Amino acid sequence: MLFQKKPGRHVVIVGNGIAGVSCARALRRRDKQARITLVSGEGPHFFSRPALMYIYMGHLTYEGTKPYEDWWWQKQRIGLRQAWVTHIDTQKKWLSFAGEAGGLGYDQLVLATGSKPNKFGWPGQNLERVQGLYSLQDLQTLEAVSHEIQHGVIVGGGLIGIELAEMLHARGKKVTILSREQSYWDNALPREESLMVSDVIAESGITLHSGTELKEIVDDGQGRACGVVTGTGEKIACEFVGLTAGVSPNLSALKGSEIPTGRGVLVDFSFRSSVEDVFAIGDCAEIVTPEGQRNRIEQLWYTGQMHGEVLADVLCGDDRTYDRGIWFNSAKFLDLEWHTYGEVPPAGFPVRPGLRQVYWQAADKRHAFRLVLAGDAVVGVNAMGIRYRHKVCERWIAEKRSAEYVLNNLKEGNFDPEFYHRYEGAIVSSLRAQVAQAGGQA
Amino acid sequence: MSAALTDFAPNHYGDAGTKRRLRLAMYVALAPFGLALLGYRGAIGGDAAGGWLAFGLVFAPFLALALAYIRATYRGSTPGIKNDGVQVHELSGRRVGAYLLGTAITSLYVILYWFPGALTGVVQVMEPLSQALRKGPADQWFFYGFLYTAAVIVMGIRMIYRYRHNKYQIFRTLSVMFFQLAFAFVLPALLRAFNQPEFYFTYFWPLKYDYLFPGSFEYLWKQSGGVGMFMFGWGVIASFVLTPLLTWRFGKRWYCSWVCGCGGLAETAGDPFRQLSSKKLKAWKFERWSIHTVLVLIVVLTALLWVDLGRISNDYKAWYGFFVGAALSGVVGVGFYPLLGSRVWCRFFCPMAAVLGLFQRFFSRFRITTNGDQCMSCGNCSTYCEMGIDVRAYAMQGKNIVRASCVGCGVCAAVCPRGVLKLENGKTHKDRFEGAEHPLADLLGALKKK
Ligand SMILES: Cc1cc2nc3c(=O)[nH]c(=O)nc-3n(C[C@H](O)[C@H](O)[C@H](O)COP(=O)(O)OP(=O)(O)OC[C@H]3O[C@@H](n4cnc5c(N)ncnc54)[C@H](O)[C@@H]3O)c2cc1C
Ligand code: SF4
Repeated sequence: MLFQKKPGRHVVIVGNGIAGVSCARALRRRDKQARITLVSGEGPHFFSRPALMYIYMGHLTYEGTKPYEDWWWQKQRIGLRQAWVTHIDTQKKWLSFAGEAGGLGYDQLVLATGSKPNKFGWPGQNLERVQGLYSLQDLQTLEAVSHEIQHGVIVGGGLIGIELAEMLHARGKKVTILSREQSYWDNALPREESLMVSDVIAESGITLHSGTELKEIVDDGQGRACGVVTGTGEKIACEFVGLTAGVSPNLSALKGSEIPTGRGVLVDFSFRSSVEDVFAIGDCAEIVTPEGQRNRIEQLWYTGQMHGEVLADVLCGDDRTYDRGIWFNSAKFLDLEWHTYGEVPPAGFPVRPGLRQVYWQAADKRHAFRLVLAGDAVVGVNAMGIRYRHKVCERWIAEKRSAEYVLNNLKEGNFDPEFYHRYEGAIVSSLRAQVAQAGGQA
Repeated sequence: MSAALTDFAPNHYGDAGTKRRLRLAMYVALAPFGLALLGYRGAIGGDAAGGWLAFGLVFAPFLALALAYIRATYRGSTPGIKNDGVQVHELSGRRVGAYLLGTAITSLYVILYWFPGALTGVVQVMEPLSQALRKGPADQWFFYGFLYTAAVIVMGIRMIYRYRHNKYQIFRTLSVMFFQLAFAFVLPALLRAFNQPEFYFTYFWPLKYDYLFPGSFEYLWKQSGGVGMFMFGWGVIASFVLTPLLTWRFGKRWYCSWVCGCGGLAETAGDPFRQLSSKKLKAWKFERWSIHTVLVLIVVLTALLWVDLGRISNDYKAWYGFFVGAALSGVVGVGFYPLLGSRVWCRFFCPMAAVLGLFQRFFSRFRITTNGDQCMSCGNCSTYCEMGIDVRAYAMQGKNIVRASCVGCGVCAAVCPRGVLKLENGKTHKDRFEGAEHPLADLLGALKKK
């Protein structure tokens, strides 16, 4: 079904994160007439969510995390509305807001409401001084209790967990991370890299308890957290508990609506829900896959941007479906940078049969490089402490280049600053030997 | 909505107790300087040991304590980007201390230019060094040059310590420290000792505008013999051959963040203030007008002096010297570091930067490349750009950055937590961005747009 472009239609986007904003921008570029409104309860303006940590650490101001100056929205004729959506009436095409009698009508509705931190029903999870890190409001509540914190316990050793740990550490607080995994974030990283990050964490003075679960959070008698109890019954005193055990789609706007949801808002590969004129993108969308594969929920900045751009085309009548392309991601673990491209099997899950891996690590335990091979073709690149070019790695993988080819051209992929020590020589000789060994590392 | 930082001890690196004691000691160590300012060196050691005692008392303790403080700050930290608390720091976060510091530096410039008499005491203290290096008496400019060089060296050491994981920053900082010390301080002094013209080989027209004035031609070429001819020739070649050539090959950075003394101070003493430069579109618009206006002014002035219109030319020269040479480059340029960032002069007013910028924008191989789609718009790059370039605006779209004002300091690439940016010299200037194949058409187009 293609959509009729009604001139002057009103497209309302709930959520002014990367997904909603990318959609609004791309739509405005193609449709000069549409009325576009971005609604969000969090704040009037788009800011970079991954930059939250830098506000708290004093690297950036909140203003500095906004990619567009405040006047820009008016120039683009994108309306901004700060309000929490409490109800969606898909019959009347009407949104209701918290604390407001009126509301807002739409012709087409885009849900881009993002995520919320997971809480797994731990006793004490709703106490004061217990929170996740997702929104500006989270940052404010954290700021408000910061002066009371001497020791913070972070539950969940993922990306947001280590960021929250770094934030508290930057303010001179003692930090302990409790992580269920065997080593740091091993459901995303291969073992060696995961151990390398664990080492970086230890060097910084942050304590990491791997293989440790949270059992309960202890009340100090005044409704505030004063410690945690771990799965083994160990008690750890603390004045703050950060819950960073993943995020899940934020469906608060959809309560009582007719829009079908699973874990997220159920949509097809063009981001259409089954309700006419209702769409969902970004973290909150659950893309229904055919043939009984697990539905896709993508909780990344990059994917949110792509969702938004694809949906803008769909809204303009194109018959377009979303293709994520070759996987990529990056992060920084304290001082250690990570670039990953293609398929890199994490340590915490069984590896797909037929994959072979070759790995090099520098003696300083701060630089590493891994190639993942299927047959002779490179399907994944993982680099720690060395920057690699997205477009080059993507091309290697797309063109199914052999390990030999990639190693011969490895320098082309390096993206480190000028004068940096080049590790390509060491990498190539080490990996070449491993590739030559029949079978390599299983 | 803002998320104000309430509970913040700006960067906790190092041992807070030690740092507090060192800070106190630094205040105390400023006392001899104050005494020298007020009175004369007699109060602090006078002619003892040929005047070196007073010199040592005024400068050595403070400089040593400053170095100890830098060491105490960064020694305990792991190598990596350490910007904790920059935005709320008393001096770098535009708080009361920043206004006081700005006032102090500005006053120093006002005194230097217009009330040098007030500096008699400290100038006397410089006497032994001046005699040793220059075989002549100290004056306020020698005192200023010493202070300037000391600031570049001490804060350069800080910069290197802070960026010890980053070789680009280390080499670049060593380079500006070397050029400041050797070519802007020691060499001119030695030239003077040997009765040669006091010449700065690392400053060129139109920054050191009088080097191509007819007066310099008279003095250097006609009166000072072989060495003077060499100097004048060097000035011409540096301005018209070296500058375009090196800028074509490496971008503006070869000068602005590797050689230049103004840049040298900005990259060392100015580093704590780089985030204060405005990233607003308005600031960019102002910049394009102001910097090219100064360029036109100095070209016209130079031409007028050669044509020699008598009084008009000379009045104009005095006027330019006052407004641009003294007020903008010194008082505003350095005095406003703590309020407007470290590159106010370079960004808005420096005619040399304007020339280099035109070459860089239209003919250079230099560009900052972005790493595909890895940017997550955090804003570290834009915030820490001392030239106020909104780097993120390009990085978000995966576009290369080719901007006239970029001095190639490389800090955007250093602070980017996702490894998105890289300073590069390409094989030609043509592959920098879409449409760059035709630099001349591009230049004409840009002119028309204005
Ligand atoms: C600390 C942190 C670090 C991260 N780092 C990275 C990273 O390095 N790389 C990466 O790829 N991803 C990272 N992510 C994930 C990334 O930020 C998200 O995937 C992305 O922001 C999701 O964008 P979105 O537009 O879908 O939703 P969001 O950015 O969450 O925007 C949704 C908006 O909708 C609003 N909203 C929700 N419900 C309502 C309602 N009922 N009424 C009104 N408004 C509503 C929310 O308040 C919010 O403002 C990070 C996330 C966090 C929290
Ligand atoms: S610092 Fe890096 S990730 Fe952040 S906005 Fe700049 S280029 Fe993007």
